[in-house]
Amino acid sequence: MLHMQNISKVFRTELIETHALRDFNLHVKEGEFVAVTGPSGSGKTTFLNIAGLLETFNSGTYQLDGQDVSRLSDDDRSRIRNQKIGFIFQSFNLIPDLDLFDNVDVPLRYRGFNAAERKKRITESLELVGLASRMKHIPAQLSGGQQQRVAIARALAGTPRFLLADEPTGNLDSLMARQVVDLLEDINRRGTTIVMVTHDPELARRAHRNVHVMDGQVTDLQPFAAKPLIRPEAVAAGV
Amino acid sequence: MFNYYVRLALKSLRRTPVVAALMIGAIALGVGVCITTLTVYRLMSGNPIEHRNDVLRAVTLDNWDPNQPWDDRRPELPPYELTYRDAMALFESDIPSRQVMMRKGPFVVESDPALGVKPFLVEARLTTKDFFSIFDVPFEYGGGWDAAADQGAQRVVVLSKETNDKIFGGQDSVGKNVRLDGKDYNVIGVLAEWTPTPKFYDLNNGSFDGIEEAFVPFNIGQIDQVQPGGNVNCWRTQPLNSFQDFLESDCVWIQYWVELKGRDKVEAYQSFIDSYVQEQKKLGRFERPLNNKLRTPEEWLEINRVVASDNSVLVGLSFMFLAVCLLNMIGLLLAKFLGSAPLVGLRRALGATRQTIFNQHLVEVGVIGIAGGVLGIGLAGLGLLGVRQLYENYDTLTRLDVTMSLTALVIAIASGVLAGLYPTWRVCRVQPAAYLKTQ
Repeated sequence: MLHMQNISKVFRTELIETHALRDFNLHVKEGEFVAVTGPSGSGKTTFLNIAGLLETFNSGTYQLDGQDVSRLSDDDRSRIRNQKIGFIFQSFNLIPDLDLFDNVDVPLRYRGFNAAERKKRITESLELVGLASRMKHIPAQLSGGQQQRVAIARALAGTPRFLLADEPTGNLDSLMARQVVDLLEDINRRGTTIVMVTHDPELARRAHRNVHVMDGQVTDLQPFAAKPLIRPEAVAAGV
Repeated sequence: MFNYYVRLALKSLRRTPVVAALMIGAIALGVGVCITTLTVYRLMSGNPIEHRNDVLRAVTLDNWDPNQPWDDRRPELPPYELTYRDAMALFESDIPSRQVMMRKGPFVVESDPALGVKPFLVEARLTTKDFFSIFDVPFEYGGGWDAAADQGAQRVVVLSKETNDKIFGGQDSVGKNVRLDGKDYNVIGVLAEWTPTPKFYDLNNGSFDGIEEAFVPFNIGQIDQVQPGGNVNCWRTQPLNSFQDFLESDCVWIQYWVELKGRDKVEAYQSFIDSYVQEQKKLGRFERPLNNKLRTPEEWLEINRVVASDNSVLVGLSFMFLAVCLLNMIGLLLAKFLGSAPLVGLRRALGATRQTIFNQHLVEVGVIGIAGGVLGIGLAGLGLLGVRQLYENYDTLTRLDVTMSLTALVIAIASGVLAGLYPTWRVCRVQPAAYLKTQ
């Protein structure tokens, strides 16, 4: 699904060069749930931005879903982001003056779906995160956990094959964080590949695989630990 | 997507109401000033007889002072009007298919006492019969007079719509009588609404005045010795002891127009007036070099400088003012758009292309332009009202019609888009990754 080989990313200013990634290699199989950990400044977010085609890189090759995306135009990258990738951000990144329906609608508009198709997808994805009854509310009327679930619904509405989550529980308390991770596990179980950047080792342990990044390189690849994909309490909670 | 962009634009404007109000106000002010000056300029510079430009000619002969031109600043120009005797002589020509000599004159109008209208003074046009046909003058009732009425100075009158409304309450008054200067005139026609602006056929007596209130045969002026109602220009001292002396003087005060269909006719008539002046030279008149001109209405409006240069300058200044307003708007738009860069970054992350972002923001500046245009039309209306208050003669000029209202909208939208191009381009360059952490 995701294959990065010898990726390097250098940020340059007039005074300084920063090697955010150097010879970065990672292979994520379809259906995997991978957690990326590492200290601040290690290159996790740069990796995620490159993986999500939000940023270009200086050297190396990157194949996404079998397609070489190393040298795509800006428009092509936008198109792939829209069709194949879903994003979940630490600070939710919902548009404050749009209601939940319109927030989830944003990527679908750019995808060119007709009104009926958009409505169906929005309703289904909001139902999946348990917020269909609140689709006319604006984000400020929701709790942090609910807002993150809306962001997940937005990411899922376009049925992406690949979900990128950047500290998805960073702004949530432990209970809400657990609900969000339960939801991600559920999504993964339905076949969506997930790469999640996190600082939280507890959260990382819930993934199939834990990738540790240090100084812009992958330093440790922990294999999938034998554990249930879905926690029993999540099933009981109905999420 | 267009409707979606409009919805986003309205939400965006509501998000920053003060900035939105400032931008809309800036465009409205600029457009309002531009449309005010443009409206006056457009009406001043219009040619109300454009459809007859090819066949109509204003006739001018240079009978002026041999030592000094008619206009020191433009010595090539002959006087704008003719002497009575020259006009009468030219009227003998059968080269023009139609021709008209005319002038203004004051009359006191009295009507049937039963109508209860007090006597009042009018400016009448004393003219030959072709006035109505040569200038396509529209009639509400009846029509003009014939050659016999001209020759016999018959006491017939054509009333303007306004006069007919005043005396007869707008009823068909053809066949009824009115008294002009104590004599009965039979009403043979009533004009429909007719407001040629500028009043091309007589630019020397109030270019932007309304039309005359009554029209009577030219020769009545001589028989009743009706004093000239407009400008009379003389270049030498002559004894004017009687009205007849005045008619035979070298004073110019008669307007003269001919209809010449085809180049041959124009050349033949030019040759005719040149020959006439050559003959007059032998009699000791027309001491200046031969300088007889036939002007199309367009040329006539041009040489008469109906549009004062001040007015052109004013239009230029108003557009400069609009440019200043737009510069302010560019600053405000830059601040607004770059302030919303995190949202743009988010939309880019969710799949919006640069073109999509560009279109979205262009629609937003278009919406600002439309709002500014609508407000600008209101301001232009107020501006024109102010002009009307200041200059009574400009009453007919200061109307905001559909064309100018649409022009205001087009200018406003174009201005908005123009001002929005750079801020829109800047916001399209936003790198999505740079803002996603900070949103």
